[in-house]
Amino acid sequence: MKIRLERAAHCRSGDKGNTSNVSVIAYSPELYPFLKEQVTAERFRQFYTGVVSGKVTRYEVDGLHSLNFVAEGALGGGVSRSLCLDNYGKSLSSRILAFELDIPDQLTSLLKGND
Amino acid sequence: MTLRIGAGSAWWGDRISPAALNAEKGDLDYLCFETMAEATVSAAQVRKRRDPSFPGYDTWLDDRMRAVLPACLKRGTKIVTNQGWINPDGAAQRIVHWLREFGARGVKVASINGGLITDRVLELTDTILENGQPTSTLAPSLVSAEVYLGAEPIVEALRQGAHIVVSGRVADPSIFMAPMMYEFGWDALDHVRLGRGNGLGHLIECGAQVTGGYFADPGFKDVPRPWDLAFPILEVEADGSAVLTKVEGTGGIVNLMTVKEQMFYEVHDPANYLTPDVVVDFTTAHLEQIGPDRVRVSNISGKPRTPTLKVSIGCTEGYIGEDMFFYAGPGALRRAKLARQILEERFKLVGLDAEELRIDFLGLNAIHGAMTPPDAAEPYEIAVRVAARTTTREEANKVGREVDGMAVSGVGMTGKRVPHQDRTREIIGVWSSLVARDRIVPSITMIES
Repeated sequence: MKIRLERAAHCRSGDKGNTSNVSVIAYSPELYPFLKEQVTAERFRQFYTGVVSGKVTRYEVDGLHSLNFVAEGALGGGVSRSLCLDNYGKSLSSRILAFELDIPDQLTSLLKGND
Repeated sequence: MTLRIGAGSAWWGDRISPAALNAEKGDLDYLCFETMAEATVSAAQVRKRRDPSFPGYDTWLDDRMRAVLPACLKRGTKIVTNQGWINPDGAAQRIVHWLREFGARGVKVASINGGLITDRVLELTDTILENGQPTSTLAPSLVSAEVYLGAEPIVEALRQGAHIVVSGRVADPSIFMAPMMYEFGWDALDHVRLGRGNGLGHLIECGAQVTGGYFADPGFKDVPRPWDLAFPILEVEADGSAVLTKVEGTGGIVNLMTVKEQMFYEVHDPANYLTPDVVVDFTTAHLEQIGPDRVRVSNISGKPRTPTLKVSIGCTEGYIGEDMFFYAGPGALRRAKLARQILEERFKLVGLDAEELRIDFLGLNAIHGAMTPPDAAEPYEIAVRVAARTTTREEANKVGREVDGMAVSGVGMTGKRVPHQDRTREIIGVWSSLVARDRIVPSITMIES
């Protein structure tokens, strides 16, 4: 079944200069392989088109069922230069929550929230 | 022996009452404060130039110290803080003032200097990390430069008997690890234990971000009494494992989710998190919920520290002018769009010379900008938010002046504030470089109350 990522994972973004990192953390270990398979650096970058101007690197932390995306050129030139109202990019992680994830029906009970 | 380390702040503007609570009810051996953002030092230098009476340390120093000193003195809790900003000696003297006010004599306060290298930065550094250009290209706009010091000078100050250590820029996790190094006798080159300690420091350096702050999402991640968050406490063992917790009876939550979110916060490669003391590897970490609001953290790894220290270089980079006005009800978006067109034309008429101009619809696309889904629903209320980056203050002021014009010369049903604040601000851009470790020699000054 297809679900929004927000039901399977939680996220937080952080800033360093003009780079933002977005962690995507599975709500349960059983859901993690589907995140790892589908939320690739390339598909992440497509989601952030128009905002992320540089490279996106994905780091995998299997032991903690987490992915960490590092997006360069995501903060409008840097926190102090950015004209974005959210110049620290604190809310950037919420964009990926709308990612459409395909998971087996039998994992439904592990999901948060309702569709 | 279990060492109890609590967080007292995660940034300059942080709440003060949770620090007092940690001092009073945390049974702490150490209370540690982190109060600096990337541009704090540069902003302080600019302010000092304009206002020579500005003391150059944390503007909340008095409030923070008054809130925590009585309980810390009673319990014997030591304090490590980076509230010194550009004047650690002045901050130490001010802390001594408060100690005497509270009747405490003979308390040793150490200040740490040596990290400010504004006058030497161009000879000590070569390349700007962000763009590969020589740091000499920053000479005309240079405001200040500071090194991210590690835990070692704090450890040395504690060895010399300091009860309170106040520094300027020290890497955030190092502030919280220094007490572990001192109390457990960890060597500065023991990358195994320092990796664990710095990893733990990273987990609590952002205060409430690991106890339920910057976390709640109703129905998905619920937080009990989120209006009453506590700051975190680490119960650290000599091997560098720890339990992360908070004062009982407070709001908020400590669980595997809050710890994981904070673990990756502002981290790039989780296997190589660079600090002045050690390279931390979070990928091996074990996390276990051992009780309510108690997470055991173990097996974080470390690798030997790098031969260089990070330098932060602040430069003046012009100005940002910014303002907003409002629409509501049916047709809010179409009126906002006309307002945007009027502003764009007005900026041409007044010859706005901007490096970048941005007109957003807050409520629709001011936060996520160009990545806002094209099918996003039209909101009931919209703020038109205008911002421009310019090289001169005069140009930036045009933004506010043109928004003023929208009051009586704009679109129907425009809501607008009377200008109640300065709508132009100076930009201090922050660049990074590296300096050889052996070129930086911190110094310690000890005074007594």
